[in-house]
Amino acid sequence: MAGTLDFSPDDRYNAFITTCREAPFSDGRLAGVAVAVKDNISTAGIETTCGSRILEGYVPPYDAHVVGLLRNAGAAIVGKTNMDEFGMGSTTETSAFGPTRNPVDQTRVPGGSSGGSAAAVAAGLVPMALGTDTGGSIRCPAAFCGVVGLKPTYGRVSRHGLIAYANSLEQIGPMARTVEDASRLMSVIANYDPHDSTMLDKPYNHRPIAEIAGLRVGVPEEYFGEGVDPRIAKTVRDAVGVLEDLGAGTVPVSIPGMRHALAAYYVICTSEASSNLARFDGVRYGPAVDTRKSWHEAYQDLRRELFGPEVRRRIMLGTFALSAGYAGRYYAKAQLARRNIQQDFERAFRKVDIVAGPTMPTVAFRLGEKTDPLSMYLSDILTVPANLAGIPAISVPCGRVDGLPVGLQLMGRPFEDERVVDAAFAYEQEVRA
Amino acid sequence: MKTIIGLEIHVQLATATKLFCGCSTDYRDDEPNTHCCPICLGLPGALPRLNRKAVEYGLKVAKALDMEVPEESEFARKNYFYPDLPKAYQITQYDKPLAVAGTVEIEDDEGHEKLVRITRVHLEEDPGRLVHVTGGSKYSLVDYNRSGIPLLEIVTEPDMRSPQEARRFLNKLRTVLEYLGVFDGDREGSLRVDANISLEGSERVEVKNISSYKGVEKALTFEVTRQKNLLRRGQKVTRETRHFMEGRGITTSARSKEEEHDYRYFPEPDLRPLRVADWVAAIDLPELPVARKNRFMAEYGISLNHARTLTGDPKLADFYEEVAEIDPVLAATWVADTLLGELNYRDMDIAAVPPGHIRELLGLLKTETITDAAGVQVLREMLDACARGSPCESPVAIMKREGLGKATGSEYAPIVQGVIAANPQAVEDYRAGKKGALNYLVGQVMKETRGRADPRELGRIVSECIDTDRV
Repeated sequence: MAGTLDFSPDDRYNAFITTCREAPFSDGRLAGVAVAVKDNISTAGIETTCGSRILEGYVPPYDAHVVGLLRNAGAAIVGKTNMDEFGMGSTTETSAFGPTRNPVDQTRVPGGSSGGSAAAVAAGLVPMALGTDTGGSIRCPAAFCGVVGLKPTYGRVSRHGLIAYANSLEQIGPMARTVEDASRLMSVIANYDPHDSTMLDKPYNHRPIAEIAGLRVGVPEEYFGEGVDPRIAKTVRDAVGVLEDLGAGTVPVSIPGMRHALAAYYVICTSEASSNLARFDGVRYGPAVDTRKSWHEAYQDLRRELFGPEVRRRIMLGTFALSAGYAGRYYAKAQLARRNIQQDFERAFRKVDIVAGPTMPTVAFRLGEKTDPLSMYLSDILTVPANLAGIPAISVPCGRVDGLPVGLQLMGRPFEDERVVDAAFAYEQEVRA
Repeated sequence: MKTIIGLEIHVQLATATKLFCGCSTDYRDDEPNTHCCPICLGLPGALPRLNRKAVEYGLKVAKALDMEVPEESEFARKNYFYPDLPKAYQITQYDKPLAVAGTVEIEDDEGHEKLVRITRVHLEEDPGRLVHVTGGSKYSLVDYNRSGIPLLEIVTEPDMRSPQEARRFLNKLRTVLEYLGVFDGDREGSLRVDANISLEGSERVEVKNISSYKGVEKALTFEVTRQKNLLRRGQKVTRETRHFMEGRGITTSARSKEEEHDYRYFPEPDLRPLRVADWVAAIDLPELPVARKNRFMAEYGISLNHARTLTGDPKLADFYEEVAEIDPVLAATWVADTLLGELNYRDMDIAAVPPGHIRELLGLLKTETITDAAGVQVLREMLDACARGSPCESPVAIMKREGLGKATGSEYAPIVQGVIAANPQAVEDYRAGKKGALNYLVGQVMKETRGRADPRELGRIVSECIDTDRV
């Protein structure tokens, strides 16, 4: 039943950067299913911009491993979704192609950086989409738009073809309206790829099971304390109550390393980004560099002009953090803090099977509300720990505050993505019924 | 004033594919940018995948140089902007190299054996290559065929005391690499050297990117003179990086210490740490130059000098072993002295010489079917034909065609008589007791017989003839 899918959506939320009007598809598990792909995942023959002017016009000659898997499974790749420039943001407002709006409330941001994928799913333009999550970029927009988003265990999904922002933190993951669809997409993309040396050969072949009796759920105090909107805290506690009703037990746990999580995260991700983004110099990608200038000057001018302010800020922060004489104080310290958080989670997972908390400390911001970078960084506090620890984390809708969606975040042991999916599925089935 | 020299040598490892992708490394005569893929082009999103063979080759070198292989080593990114560097960082190894602490034995300037300590060896990727279009063009071109070729960087301690020692060290290292079969020395740019040089008590200067290993001695000799002259004039040597201009044989200032790059090294997050210490035991090393030299002396009874020359190049040593059987000492003289000299003169490679022919020639010499002088003539004829690419005629065939077989007494008796008759003064001098006169007469006969006569035998016959004449 191979064929072509006509795709001409009413993209009133600016969810897509590129749409494919005629999307070919083939036989397979996802035959004919429309799948949107975040615009930082390489697609052969389809422009891939990372939401940046510096990559405008770049058409990759090769497919990311996950895109090849999607095509093999029969999926129709219908377009490339909007995102914060190079994934740097939590609102999709830093995109060079304009912000995406939240389908639940058009005056609100969809979250980010995978805001386009979340909006496309929430608006019903596609049943499922790929996002990427470096510090919450799948879970944040999933929570804000009221959809399901899974950040897999680090090393479970190939990053080959994912245009790197922070290699040691990020994973490609599924976004969908239901846990079942997210799980379906996950079982297509989580397949071993020898190109990615940081990957383990642990394919995901799982159908969610809504059976969680006896599951031990850790509730970390840090996820319900300072900075978290009390109404969100209450909504999420109620959701944890639903898990208890289904036979799970709750245990208080603590992640003391959380107090250094944001600082560590921003040092590591900006350091890696400063290196990853150095190749965009106008020689091979995007508008051409001015060859009349000396090349260093030409690189500098072009990068200043074509990178947005948030990307420039992070490149400069990362360059500083890695500089001789400072690397010990910043980069090395951040690695220590990262290990502390990993150990905190290891300790917690000796007592519990999953850890539950809110995905975001607030509901979706108003468009233009977060003008100060630091307050935007602070909103990542509940999502970055899973990236630092490399553990799987899912966000599943669990109610509303002020009419806006709230996400329940469930984190698990490394390579126990199946378990967080099952817990999310059990919750979803219970509240839907 | 003591000269202190340390070297950093970049060696292209002769693997079939590149360090982090499956592209072929054999691009020698191919068009630019035909041996590339998303990985070695550094396309966004492409991930490196480590070539196991390159790691094995690196470990082979480490084992041959008696190095320690740590439990864990690690790749790191060296960040800098340059148009030939497609990712704007080079994947290399920084504070956790593949192997540390080894030695290479060389001869010092007095002919004594000395050890040069090896600090470390590590793996890294070669960048692409800029091609500057001649004729006032406003642009340069980039060829990424070289991008991702595996390099082994070998760093020495500052243990060398003269440019000559540095050259001997490089010769030795190169021989070891060739013995290990991890390196193709015929390839342009396959061995590149950065040299650190200082005069005791003065600042250190780094001379970068010397692409021929013969250039190293030239560059260092120039630097010693330059630095000594500076000090003699009461000036100071400034710490800086200098470039070697191969054509002019001089070094020029490239950048001062203040302008040094900050490479912002950090561990490469796309590769796992390397745990290969337990691979070392399984690596079989071939017989290395020192062992082979000692064996040649013991097994073939040849001199230290011949053994050293013959084992200085594995291809030459193999060749010798193929022809040694007839008479190892005779073969050593002919291969190490005569043949090698004739090859160098013609800029020919030993690979172009059929060992069977040399065996045949040695047979003729051994049985005294031809004289040494005629043997050299046969050899030259043969090599000239090989060099022209003509079919290689055998020594016997050449000898017959040219009539170079050893002349017998009866054959050259008339010639001897003629020479005696034509040189009465020399005959007189000989009779007067001047030994040199006999040599002159023998030389004249040799000339007439085109070297076919045995000079010792001839000496006896000429003196007999003159003596008989007197009686």
